[in-house]
Amino acid sequence: MNSLSTPHHHKGKLIIVEGIDGSGKSTQISLLSRWLRSQGYAVAFSEWNSSPLVRQTTRRGKKKEMFTPTTFSLIHATDFADRTERYILPLMRAGAIVCADRYAYTAFARDVARGVNRQWVRNLYSFAIRPNIAFYFRTPLDVALSRILGGRDALKYYEAGMDLKISRDVEESFRVFQGRILAEYEDMIEEMGFHVIDATQSIEDQQKQMRSIVKREIGRSLRTQVMHAPPAVEQNGHH
Amino acid sequence: MATTKRVKPLEYYGDPLPGVDTSHLSGKLIVIEGPDAVGRSTQVAQLRQWLEHEGHAVLDTGMARSALAGKGIARAKEGNTLGPITMTLYYATDFADRLENEIIPALRAGFIVLTDRYTFSIMARAIARGEDPAWIENVCGFGLAPHAVYYLRARVKDLVSRVVIGRGAFDYWESGMDYHFGPDMYESFIKYQTRLIRALDRMSSRYGFIEIDARKRPEVIFEELRDRITKLNIRKVNGTGPVVLARPQKDRPAAIA
Repeated sequence: MNSLSTPHHHKGKLIIVEGIDGSGKSTQISLLSRWLRSQGYAVAFSEWNSSPLVRQTTRRGKKKEMFTPTTFSLIHATDFADRTERYILPLMRAGAIVCADRYAYTAFARDVARGVNRQWVRNLYSFAIRPNIAFYFRTPLDVALSRILGGRDALKYYEAGMDLKISRDVEESFRVFQGRILAEYEDMIEEMGFHVIDATQSIEDQQKQMRSIVKREIGRSLRTQVMHAPPAVEQNGHH
Repeated sequence: MATTKRVKPLEYYGDPLPGVDTSHLSGKLIVIEGPDAVGRSTQVAQLRQWLEHEGHAVLDTGMARSALAGKGIARAKEGNTLGPITMTLYYATDFADRLENEIIPALRAGFIVLTDRYTFSIMARAIARGEDPAWIENVCGFGLAPHAVYYLRARVKDLVSRVVIGRGAFDYWESGMDYHFGPDMYESFIKYQTRLIRALDRMSSRYGFIEIDARKRPEVIFEELRDRITKLNIRKVNGTGPVVLARPQKDRPAAIA
């Protein structure tokens, strides 16, 4: 029983974005969700690592550098499970469009780059709902690195894969680790049916492509299945 | 679930833990399994006392006692919104943290590790809540095969009387109230524990559990466990100086039943 590899039958739609750090995917999914909301659709948003039941444990584990590849993988799966059980699944059943910034594929890329068994982590997430559309933001390593270094002052310990003791130099470690993640993503494109977006294009061009893919892939069910805010009731006298 | 999962002690049931060296483990890993309220913790406490009296170094551990996830699980159980998959994976995280940071280092140092429940309870709880057995068995595949698994086996009605007489009240989680197996805690307890026992029974031959009749008096059970553990040929730890485990004890939250 693997729900991630089987199309779902819920009324709602699931749109997710993937890519390495600095690929610009968060900006794009945020623009897309606001566009959908502006048309009156019920849109929900779920971010990686945001479960109120699990977040504190993850944060503390990261701060104290307590994670191994296995516990890092399991705590993120726990977080994902909570968001799936309490948030994503019920909203999908109700007919909402759920937009997710990162999904199970993040774990497939990242945990495998950390040495976790590929099949084990795929089984771990087999309860996940299969997305209707999965966007993958393809970014050359140098572009991502310059965006990250330009935007934030320090690379984080786990984000840079410092736990793997690849290099004592944070930037070098980040480069090697994100390079491995990138290779995992590239290998998944066909298997997972990603829609590849060239993330070196302008923000506007990327957004335009996403919107046309959304219209093409789920345009019809947006009109029929997805929950839509009823038009504003006329206030001038009709009963 | 038809094939027997007999692997040598301290080998992995499934895929190995990445980055963990398990080549020189000289200790013994002993598991006490069984449903809720069957008397496991009483036995673990007595076994520890006896083993230490005999001069062995003992680590005892149990569910939700990890430095990483123990507090988080306790907090999550205070609310009423912990879904079955989330709960299963939270416990798997807790187990992995204890395995990597407490159990394996202790085994390397030649300790006897006594554990109150193991991956089998995590699997049984998930299966009792309707999760796919193949899924959770694969997730828990990083568990090391113990030297012995003593399964304290009882019928549901024995557990009910132990809860009512011994504790005086049903517990929300032991009754599986998160899943509402029945309209009240008594009925839910019966249904949930029946499913737990059934799941453990199915694992019994597959994983080579040694079944102990938990209806016997605690002293009798203790003697049986003691005799069986004696036959495991436990050697004492060589005098290599003080053994330091990976993390300070103060970081470890109190045990949660």
